[in-house]
Amino acid sequence: MSAALEITGLQKTYANGFQALKGIDLKVEEGDFFALLGPNGAGKSTTIGIVSSLVSKTQGNVKICGIDIDDDFSLAKKQIGIVPQEFNFNVFENVEDVLIHQAGYYGIPIGIARKRADYYLEKLGIADKKHVQMRMLSGGMKRRLMIARALVHEPRVLILDEPTAGVDIEMRRSMYDFLRQTNSEGRTIILTTHYLEEAEMLCRNVAIINQGTIVTRGSIKDLLRDLNSETFLLDTQDELPANFSVPGFDLRPIEPTCLEVELARGQDLTEVFTALSQAGASVVSMRNKENRLERMFVNVLEGAS
Amino acid sequence: MSAFEQWVAFLTILRKEVRRYLRIWTQTLLPSAITMSLYFLIFGTLIGKRIGTMGGVSYMEFVVPGLIMMAIITNSYANVVGSFFGAKFNNSVEELLVSPTPTYVIVLGYAAGGVSRGILVSIIVTSVALFFTDLDIHNWGVVVGVVALTSVAFSLCGLINAVFANTFDDVNIVPTFVLTPLTYLGGVFYSLDLLPDFWSGVSQINPLVYVVNAFRYGVLGVSDVDITVSFAMLIGLTVVAFAYAMHLLGSGTRLRT
Repeated sequence: MSAALEITGLQKTYANGFQALKGIDLKVEEGDFFALLGPNGAGKSTTIGIVSSLVSKTQGNVKICGIDIDDDFSLAKKQIGIVPQEFNFNVFENVEDVLIHQAGYYGIPIGIARKRADYYLEKLGIADKKHVQMRMLSGGMKRRLMIARALVHEPRVLILDEPTAGVDIEMRRSMYDFLRQTNSEGRTIILTTHYLEEAEMLCRNVAIINQGTIVTRGSIKDLLRDLNSETFLLDTQDELPANFSVPGFDLRPIEPTCLEVELARGQDLTEVFTALSQAGASVVSMRNKENRLERMFVNVLEGAS
Repeated sequence: MSAFEQWVAFLTILRKEVRRYLRIWTQTLLPSAITMSLYFLIFGTLIGKRIGTMGGVSYMEFVVPGLIMMAIITNSYANVVGSFFGAKFNNSVEELLVSPTPTYVIVLGYAAGGVSRGILVSIIVTSVALFFTDLDIHNWGVVVGVVALTSVAFSLCGLINAVFANTFDDVNIVPTFVLTPLTYLGGVFYSLDLLPDFWSGVSQINPLVYVVNAFRYGVLGVSDVDITVSFAMLIGLTVVAFAYAMHLLGSGTRLRT
């Protein structure tokens, strides 16, 4: 089975001389839920731009579902659906027309396009907006419509560039559910995002790009396993004893009933629980202080710079 | 894409274009009807009565073909330049660019949109003209040929303008400072015979003289120029404009980075 996306030695130098991509290699297997992470200006959108044909590559190869874009870009384009970062609608068109027109550009007749439009609008919870002009939709609704638009020709690969930027939590969660379901049906999903917990929650594999170079890649599970430490916050029922400590552990009281624990790899949090309980301050809840992927992301970028 | 899929893509672009100008018909269709009615009333009826005949026909009959052609030129051009630039401005052109629709289908789709508006407006203007004068078509073949070629050629020119335009001002420069003066000086309201030799000679390099006169020949059977030259010029303009539009969209000029 060919990879959903295979990029080899991809370079992009803009007209002003700025080298956005310095020869990246990337492979995303079919059916994967993949995150492409990186700080602003790292080259994520340039990469997606090249895959979608909005940006011309300077050098390198891109294969979409085994089809080289230099050999048959038209066929390659049929395999992908793009959800761009910025809204790119004619705001005076109505919702249904946006989907029918997009389907038409892929050669899908209007009768089939209408049925697919109904299906995806229903799935994404905006069926009641079918005849509403785009300019009347909220930001979150526009985001969901962009997903419907990218899927209306039923591509094998869905590429989303910051899909949940500016979307409220409830709507974000419903989008996550939809994307998970879409992925479970066999469609490959490639995501760029600034919300690292989003990537950790949804994706199986990740690549981190920085200054036009892929600095690390692999399964999120494996990358997180490499973290040397994690920070937890423990909330206790009663106040912490004065000068509370556990030998070998890095502990910092944050509030009278909240303790920060820096847990090194190999250490067991149970020891801290037991010590707290014996000191009369039972733990009632605990949470990660920071997103683990965020920690890994910062570590990788610091290591690369 | 298969031939059928390309046909669907073409019809989709055309549908989008038609729905766009019908949605804003007060901006796209109505102004031409009102403006031309005023032209017919003022130049044709009020002033025309004092002028008498021109080119062997009444002045009213003389100006009607020119005004219809003026409506076709401005509306074909304006439709494509406005629509394509708008799509560039709000980035909705990306919907097309990321799709597998071939470049020639995009060019033809937008051109067809411009042609459809040009022809629809010409029907409206002709209907208005029939309130003022009778029109006995001299040669339907010439009429259809000139209308088709003119609307296609100026739609393509509008597309080229839209590709290069960066602002809404850029969209209006050519219609305001090039098309309108050339149309007015293109023999819409007068016969070249009225001009001194020098200005009559200068008019021969105005392409719109050939367009207006060819159409007038088709409608009335009178023309100041040889209509074979008109057809050659229109065909040449259409071919060059199509090739250039293909080159611009194919290379992604001002559309892709």
